[in-house]
Amino acid sequence: MSNPLRDMEKPDVIFCIGTNMTECHPVAATRLKKAIANGARMIVADPRVIGLVEHADMHLQLRVGSDSALLLAMAHVIQRAGLIDPGFIAERTTEAEAFLEHVKEFTPEWASEICRVEPALIEEAAILYGTADRGAIYYTLGITEHICGVDNVQSLCNLALMTGNVGREGTGINPMRGQNNIQGAGDVGAIPNNYCGFQPVTDPAIQAKFEKAYGREIDREKGITKVRALDEAGKSIRAMFIDGENTVVTDPDREHCEHALKSLDFLVVCDLFMTETAELADVVFPATGFTETDGTQTNTERRVQRLRRAVPPPGEAKADWWIISRLAQRMGFHGFDYTDASEVFNELCRLSTTYAGLDWDRVEFGEYQWPVPEEGHPGTPRLHEDGFINGRGVFKLIRYRDPAETIDDDYPVWLTTGRRLESYHSRTQTGRSQGIDYLLPEEVLEVHPDDVTAWGLADGGWAEMASRRGAVTIRVKATERSPRGTVFSSFSFNDVPVNILTGAGYDPVTDTAELKVCPVTVRPASKSGGVAAD
Amino acid sequence: MTSDSNPRTIVLDGETVAFERGETLFEIAQRHRRDVPSLCYDDRLDPFGGCRLCIVQLEGARKPVASCTTKAEPGMRVTTHNATLDMHRRVILEMVASENRDVDVDELSGYASQEMSTLLDRYDARSGRFDGAHSGTSRPDDGNPFILRDYDNCISCYRCVRVCAEQEGDYAISVMNRGFDTQITTEFGGFLEDSSCTFCGQCVQTCPTGALGDIKALRAKDVPEPVEKTRSVCPYCGVGCAVDILSKGDKVVGIQPAMDGPANEGALCVKGQFAFDFVHHPDRLKTPFVRNDHGQLVPASWDEALDKAAAGLLEAVNEHGRHSLYAVASGRAPNEAGYLMQKFVRAGLGTSYIDNCSRA
Ligand code: SF4
Ligand code: SF4
Ligand code: FES
Repeated sequence: MSNPLRDMEKPDVIFCIGTNMTECHPVAATRLKKAIANGARMIVADPRVIGLVEHADMHLQLRVGSDSALLLAMAHVIQRAGLIDPGFIAERTTEAEAFLEHVKEFTPEWASEICRVEPALIEEAAILYGTADRGAIYYTLGITEHICGVDNVQSLCNLALMTGNVGREGTGINPMRGQNNIQGAGDVGAIPNNYCGFQPVTDPAIQAKFEKAYGREIDREKGITKVRALDEAGKSIRAMFIDGENTVVTDPDREHCEHALKSLDFLVVCDLFMTETAELADVVFPATGFTETDGTQTNTERRVQRLRRAVPPPGEAKADWWIISRLAQRMGFHGFDYTDASEVFNELCRLSTTYAGLDWDRVEFGEYQWPVPEEGHPGTPRLHEDGFINGRGVFKLIRYRDPAETIDDDYPVWLTTGRRLESYHSRTQTGRSQGIDYLLPEEVLEVHPDDVTAWGLADGGWAEMASRRGAVTIRVKATERSPRGTVFSSFSFNDVPVNILTGAGYDPVTDTAELKVCPVTVRPASKSGGVAAD
Repeated sequence: MTSDSNPRTIVLDGETVAFERGETLFEIAQRHRRDVPSLCYDDRLDPFGGCRLCIVQLEGARKPVASCTTKAEPGMRVTTHNATLDMHRRVILEMVASENRDVDVDELSGYASQEMSTLLDRYDARSGRFDGAHSGTSRPDDGNPFILRDYDNCISCYRCVRVCAEQEGDYAISVMNRGFDTQITTEFGGFLEDSSCTFCGQCVQTCPTGALGDIKALRAKDVPEPVEKTRSVCPYCGVGCAVDILSKGDKVVGIQPAMDGPANEGALCVKGQFAFDFVHHPDRLKTPFVRNDHGQLVPASWDEALDKAAAGLLEAVNEHGRHSLYAVASGRAPNEAGYLMQKFVRAGLGTSYIDNCSRA
């Protein structure tokens, strides 16, 4: 997030797109509710009638995967209505001229054909955001889990840049990170293109710095993404070491993924439970969990906080840092003789740019938000206040692209996936906590009541849902939360492995999977899984 | 010293103190460590002025005023403690206690659950002088697995209703009737599950009497060890709510929100509040496992497992090169895990064949 969580109480116009915040980030959502209680107005763009809609002034119920068309048209209206911030554009951005020319083509009428949102509504939303004093954008995976995820994010940046809604209280472009430490995983360099602190592996000076620190030559080429690595499994990739990820359930195209892991010569998995992924491994290490681990974790607003051990782990389970470093030592790797988590964190801070001013003692109370470039620096709750890190904000010329697969006669229904409040990811944790089943006993497919009738389904009955990659049997729930022609389910329950169906394509820049859009058929079925006879 | 030489000051128990515009007498007294008792006060909520325990004496006023709803004005002379105030407070507490069946409430009930019983002891107010009428009817029929609704202990401070509305924005519960007929209820008087309640637990944590209780934590009520609190961070989403882990001996028994948590300021959601006991689930892995010659995963010692893993990974590297080994870091594990996973491939193999789960 460019802005701190507490800024969420400050905007006068809130634009939420592709974020089911009341379910996925409930505590953050309570802050938006406070802004609204104080008079803020809110635009929600989402194919479904999600919980946020109840609090919104406007709901743009766009077709799944059409976000960039909507955003282009909003930019068009803001340009045409003269709601741009010329001072900000002149001082802080480049490529504005080309961009403002580019958007002239994309009228609300044009977008309406793609998004299925009334042109007047697009116009109204654009004007609301364009006239805001403090306009803030919030998004999550509903924006990024598309083949055009990067385009979508850049389209949001364009909107914020043209209206000057960056670098001030209550503004910004704010991705809400899904997992507790997904921010940290990137920060520490567990990505193929950057070392810790987002220092590019392709930069010779940085390569030299890390070769010195790590005492060996390191490639100056980026590594490959996990998506590519799974494609290469059994071919150029022969072994994998996976820490705490239930790849088989959470990744798209489950069959492909399972096949990939099975075709490895050797697989090592580290986890709390014998997950579907661990079951495929040659060696499984038992890791410590929440309540048993000393360490640090970084949240969506870039805040580094301490985790503390309250109780001993079960049996012989060990902290991840211990497992990784002991395995490295047995493989003959140097520089892994740590005795506790603080030594690892302090080394990370020494090598990082964003954590450079931190150490184990300084993060005791969690008051620092990175970047903390040097000791004594107070941290940076709000990014881009005095300028962009790379100089100027660059407008990008985006065009709309269709999702990798679009509906047709064979697969006429849009499936979109997501999370639910009460369960988390592959439920290895929530599914093993008492009481959660009371609230959310099983997965359901949310279908508009008219579609339930039209497709011969029954509310509470079973349906078979199939895509080009596979089929699942799932219970039907009639609800007006789904628009006609679009169905929704989460991917949390192993007995309804929805990710068998998804995964038609990937964003060409980030390799992020298109989990949010998948054409399917939905037919009545019996519980045993067979499709009911007509 | 006169009050108009510095307009924004008051005299607090004889001491001249400055205040900020809009501050209440209660806030000023707290800032200056005057221990003014309160029951309906929660610093995250709008002042309510219901319990009147926070009364103070204002020079020139005929009766004591509730300090939590009285804004400071320049020149006010305020007394927070004297015999009359303490006598009033004791009577109020005796009356509150008369409504309250279980004065001693287990601390596992919730964050604020001891407020009432602590005050009764401090003011020696367990006299039983007033007895009889109770407001509120308990709802043992609400079978939800998280929130005990024992309104026999309700003192009508409305903190639960206010936290749900003001902090959560959920408006799941409300107040019916007045006086001894007061009842905290959901819409249509039904169960929480059928209301707009999200089981965030905020009402439980702010209840000062244990009328609302944390059912999951209370399961450990009879475990003899003392409750210990350890500050940490919720393991679920990216908001990073700070929590206190409640443990007894080697067992985690509950979670409470950290009221001073920088990201959450006392808030949690149902997952952070109630989905903690997976840590003690019998399915937890307790030893390493290795695949045996029959293709089965069987328990193994650390030595055996580390050797086998090292040999298996090295074999791939030796036969197919450095770029044949790929590492995937976790978006759930701490920074130290992610850092070492990337160091594993970079320092160990000189590659950047590493990613995390952010792409799916
Ligand atoms: S648990 Fe949360 S949502 Fe439910 S009544 Fe209590 S405060 Fe309201
Ligand atoms: S308590 Fe809920 S909102 Fe807070 S970090 Fe945990 S999952 Fe996220
Ligand atoms: S605390 Fe002031 S009236 Fe209750």
